[in-house]
Amino acid sequence: MDTERKQLIKSQIRDGMIAGVPIAVGYLPIALAYGVLAKQSGMTLAELTGMSLFVYAGASQFMGANMIGLGVSAAEIIVATFVLNLRHFIMSLSFINQIKRYRMRWKFPLALGLTDETFSVASIFHKQVDNKYGYYFYGTLMLTSYLSWVLGSLLGGVLGDIIPAVLSQSMGVALYAMFIGLLIPSIKKYHRIAVISIVAMLVNYILSPVIGQGWGIVAGTIIGGLAGVFVLEEERI
Amino acid sequence: MIWVIIIGMALVTIIPRIIPPFIVDYIRFPKWMNKWLQAIPYAALGALVFPGIMTVVPEKPYIGLIAGAVAIILAWLRVHIILVVLSSIMTVLVLTI
Repeated sequence: MDTERKQLIKSQIRDGMIAGVPIAVGYLPIALAYGVLAKQSGMTLAELTGMSLFVYAGASQFMGANMIGLGVSAAEIIVATFVLNLRHFIMSLSFINQIKRYRMRWKFPLALGLTDETFSVASIFHKQVDNKYGYYFYGTLMLTSYLSWVLGSLLGGVLGDIIPAVLSQSMGVALYAMFIGLLIPSIKKYHRIAVISIVAMLVNYILSPVIGQGWGIVAGTIIGGLAGVFVLEEERI
Repeated sequence: MIWVIIIGMALVTIIPRIIPPFIVDYIRFPKWMNKWLQAIPYAALGALVFPGIMTVVPEKPYIGLIAGAVAIILAWLRVHIILVVLSSIMTVLVLTI
């Protein structure tokens, strides 16, 4: 009985790691770039790694490091971070609804590990909730991504600008490609999902020049999701 | 001073993420809202990809679009996601050098 339990947990951990690899691969170059930028804007190695460890939000960290370099006030940086990360409230609401039946001691740390990327992968693997010990799957997924982000930042701070710019720029497409790679199989299975994504893209495209990038993504996600209320059929999701 | 900024940033990042676990048990979502929450991932994926993908090479937005098209085609052909990611990176690399 006990060995069977261990086997089940082990296979969840393995699956979580496999699901986390594309995120880890995508995070590495971005974390490296962040480390390099943060170092250039005058942060110490401890500070830039600490930011990854405690803040763990890519776009905000780029912005934060940049603003620190420019000498912007703490209050402004913190408010801008708040605005940029409000979208995680909606993502967390959606994800926690998915794992509603888990106990608080799992829900809480899993919610802490949410990023755009872990949220996307965890949502695509929503069937995993039904597996026994599925929380180990989500936990490993989050931890793999987190470690890649923190270690990548540290590496970026150490290496400085040894990495050729062409390569790091090319690697910047990695996360976009991953998002596409997650989305397409769902659309293939159920074409109507495309309507949701396209509405979200258009809303973001139209609104982000006016209200800023962070709010544009928030608006696109909310309104695209509302389109889903109309196009999705109950029995297909 | 930088540590004050880091702690402040950490707090405002953590708060939106951890409120939902404390409230979902106490609210019963109406049917449409459940549907909305299930549609959120697909909406978020859309909003995260576009128009952001055009900034991969900021002065040449078409490069991001081409790499995106490569990713769409390969994903459609059931190519594994890691290869989709690597192929897009290669596409941008080839188009920039």
